[in-house]
Amino acid sequence: MQNSWLYIGLFLLVGLAIPILPIAFSALIAPKKPNPIKQSTYECGIETVGESLVQFNAQYYIFALVFLIFDVETVFLFPWAASINALDYFVVVEGVIFILILIAGLTYVWRKGMLEWI
Amino acid sequence: MFWADPINTIYKSWMTGLTSLGLSGSLAQVLLYLLGIILIISGAMVLDIMLVWVERKVVARFQGRLGPNRVGPFGLFQPFPDIIKLIIKEDTTPKGADKFVFNLAPILSLASVIFLWAIIPLAHNIYGVDLNVALLYLVAAGALGTLSVIMAGWSSNNKYALLGAFRQVAAMISFEVPMIVALLIPVIFTGSLSMNTISSFQADNYWLVLVSPLGALLFLIAAIAELGRSPFDLNEGESEIVSGYHIEYSGMKFGLFYAGELLHAFTFGGFVSILFFGGWDGPFAEQFPILGVFYFLIKAMIGYWVIMWIKYTVPRIRIDHMLMFNWKFLTPVAFALLIVTAVVHPLLIGLNNWVYVASMFLINVILGWVIVEFLRSKSKKERAAAETVSVSAAHSHS
Repeated sequence: MQNSWLYIGLFLLVGLAIPILPIAFSALIAPKKPNPIKQSTYECGIETVGESLVQFNAQYYIFALVFLIFDVETVFLFPWAASINALDYFVVVEGVIFILILIAGLTYVWRKGMLEWI
Repeated sequence: MFWADPINTIYKSWMTGLTSLGLSGSLAQVLLYLLGIILIISGAMVLDIMLVWVERKVVARFQGRLGPNRVGPFGLFQPFPDIIKLIIKEDTTPKGADKFVFNLAPILSLASVIFLWAIIPLAHNIYGVDLNVALLYLVAAGALGTLSVIMAGWSSNNKYALLGAFRQVAAMISFEVPMIVALLIPVIFTGSLSMNTISSFQADNYWLVLVSPLGALLFLIAAIAELGRSPFDLNEGESEIVSGYHIEYSGMKFGLFYAGELLHAFTFGGFVSILFFGGWDGPFAEQFPILGVFYFLIKAMIGYWVIMWIKYTVPRIRIDHMLMFNWKFLTPVAFALLIVTAVVHPLLIGLNNWVYVASMFLINVILGWVIVEFLRSKSKKERAAAETVSVSAAHSHS
């Protein structure tokens, strides 16, 4: 197959369309009798207390920040890893130094106590 | 001739057939691509329907029950009444929900799994597309799954759903780091990001699990967390947040989440087999690609079975323990393995094949053993310290 990105583009379109089919079919034949009790928010059988969109733990945000650093920088490692057989040993060591810098960042976050759950 | 290369034979003959009808070449190509895509996706969907039966039967056996056994032989037709029930069930939307996002989330959840089937090599010449950045595509489609979870949790206007979504997203993005690092291991050995090259490398040389058993293990653990399956199923801890991010969904929308989860688990079983267990590799797979498809599905089913085995054996762990496990254990171990592999692999590659494989295997085992021993001694000290503290506290109270 010569044109792989055309294929991927078509695949994404069809892949998005296929899950819509059962939902559309179900919307056609399923009964629709909404009432306020049925549509109320589920909360273990009692009335909802307060706002549903509660404040979330800031810890999740910290983990997302730490992830962002790693995710962006590990993408740089893919070309290095793919060409490791063609490279000089010196370049391999350079890549390792890059990984060590990443680990230094992880150690810093760890020592700062950001990985502890609060 | 046909059995040696079925897809290309059909593609060429239909291409000439369509162009002789007067269609332009590019239009005929698009039509044939669409046909192939629909074939792959409907194959995946049929597989998905049968996975419902597999999952229910296997969990029943793990729990000492019989499982579905009334509808058809061995309850094989059980998924069909299930689907009919889901389709004719009323679909409720909670008040205060963001309708558009609420409806888009289950579609995206299943679609993000379907997208993965574009890059899976079923045999050396039966595949959707041979993408040269397939591993990045895999990570990107995984991120789409994360997005669907946060969309479902946020738009449901429900506290449990929101909490479940936060937990699931925290887990997914955390475990993506060791997963990407584990993905780098096959890249180092094969020098390619393409799934096809990785599996044909293994067919020509050796299965990568032999040179990196630790990498395969890390990838499996990270994949289980990425799937949100037990022991990492905090997103739907029944005893705490009832059902997590898909609590407000009913009918077919819930069905799509469920189908997406099952197919996701099977697909990741398939990725473990492609990346580390040779994919379609097996006797006569080169001559008869259909056999390769068969081998791949068997291996993926074994991977899926291992994931189910872990799911129904290990209890759920706490969210802080889970994130600690990732950041303080899995990520450092993954980076250590990456460094060791990158440093040792270019030095040993010139050696005889079997010496090379044996030494890489030994290095992996030694690395894993050193880490486990280090942790064992450390936790023993911690436990001793905690026990002396509690004993002295008990004494001071009396």
